[in-house]
Amino acid sequence: MNEILHVSSQFDEDLSRLRTHVLQMGGLVENQVSAVIDAYASGDPAGVGQILETDRKINALEKTIDDDCAQIIARRQPTASDLRLVFGVTKIVTDLERAGDEAKKIAKGVRRLHAEGVDQRRFAVGVRHIAEAALSMTRQALDAFARLDAPLALSVIRADDAVDIEFKAVLRQLITHMMEDPRTITQALEVMTIARAIERIGDHAKNVSELVVYIAEGRDIRHAKSPMINEHNGGEQ
Amino acid sequence: MPVESAVQNQTPEISIRNLNFYYGKAIALKNINLDIYKGKVTAFIGPSGCGKSTLLRTINRMYDLYPGQYAEGELIVAGKNILDKNVDTIDLRAKVGMVFQKPTPFPMSIYENIAFGVRMHEKLTRNEMDDRVEWALTKAALWNEVKDKLNKPGTGLSGGQQQRLCIARGVAVKPQVLLLDEPTSALDPISTMRIEDLIHELKREFTIAIVTHNMQQAARVSDYTAYMYLGELIEFGKTDELFIKPQDKRTEDYITGRVG
Repeated sequence: MNEILHVSSQFDEDLSRLRTHVLQMGGLVENQVSAVIDAYASGDPAGVGQILETDRKINALEKTIDDDCAQIIARRQPTASDLRLVFGVTKIVTDLERAGDEAKKIAKGVRRLHAEGVDQRRFAVGVRHIAEAALSMTRQALDAFARLDAPLALSVIRADDAVDIEFKAVLRQLITHMMEDPRTITQALEVMTIARAIERIGDHAKNVSELVVYIAEGRDIRHAKSPMINEHNGGEQ
Repeated sequence: MPVESAVQNQTPEISIRNLNFYYGKAIALKNINLDIYKGKVTAFIGPSGCGKSTLLRTINRMYDLYPGQYAEGELIVAGKNILDKNVDTIDLRAKVGMVFQKPTPFPMSIYENIAFGVRMHEKLTRNEMDDRVEWALTKAALWNEVKDKLNKPGTGLSGGQQQRLCIARGVAVKPQVLLLDEPTSALDPISTMRIEDLIHELKREFTIAIVTHNMQQAARVSDYTAYMYLGELIEFGKTDELFIKPQDKRTEDYITGRVG
């Protein structure tokens, strides 16, 4: 990150406010993910109402941040690292908002399972693993954004592969359940939807991390093969 | 940074090698190495006093007019080092035209403003001259506005029109290169946009070098950008890349508006 202040202190304030809003939004999303994991693990839907409420706050923040970005572009015509920050943020908030939506989806799934009196814990213990991994990826992606730490962002991107592999293992487990006892199909499908949502949260954390690398180093590593992701140019500037 | 790394597959119209420039004892340009590419727009940016206007003025030897100012090194246009003493500056300035910050129409009619320069270099018939004047004014996107008042004084036009008249005067002698020294800094936003649009048109036929204090303007109009600071060329690269990911921290700080 460029630590030197702008000649225009107002511009510094605008950018600082933008970063703060993104971190606020990220904090809410992180809490959501954490809360739905707890709800899933305990099978207790008590927190679901709160999760739905927080989702509305996340959506409102997304709009605020988009407006911040539009204002900065219109008034300041940002360039170089400032431009990459503003441009990256407009995309990061989309990923954060969608991660929030996935959390909401999980919360609703937990509520339905509870209503049907199903103990989802007997399905797929692996769900818990990928959930912890996705939460950790989300946290680290936000840390990487806060510090514009490209090496940390790259480690999040690499972690996503492990989540994808575990997700496939979970699918195999669930399919086995369904084949052995077709009466579990409805519940297993519900758990599958939840597992898919968790996997998507990991994908969003990965996307955020890719954007952090772009903001920090100006490299666009989306859709890149792994050698390009592994290489790190030292992060000067 | 090395010139070679910035660009490939472009033909240099002007090659600047090891160029130093002095105002008496004070050195204003330090070892500049740079290619200005044919048919492209190259923008020079940098804070006041960084040498960008000096560099532009060197390219058509405007400094000859002032005693004590001199350049050393090579500035190659069409295979010739134009810094050589025996270069005919009148001839050079027909090849390398210049437009200044403030419009400088001659105190003559619009028609004569264009024809005056052409007569110094070519003998044209009346009809040919009429065609040339129309051609130049059309190139400068001014023809429609002045075709019915060609005999009116050039000084009666608006600022933006006067500047386009000066551009028309510059292109009328069919130069290879047009040097624009802050051509829009005295103009309103709409006139500025007209000139910027014109620059896009003109680069089809001419190589353009522009000095501007307006970074957004450099970003809008140029293909390549050079950032200069304290007489040195700090960074030269494709405009597409320089404004998104400059290679040098000093360029980054300047274009993002940070105190260096």
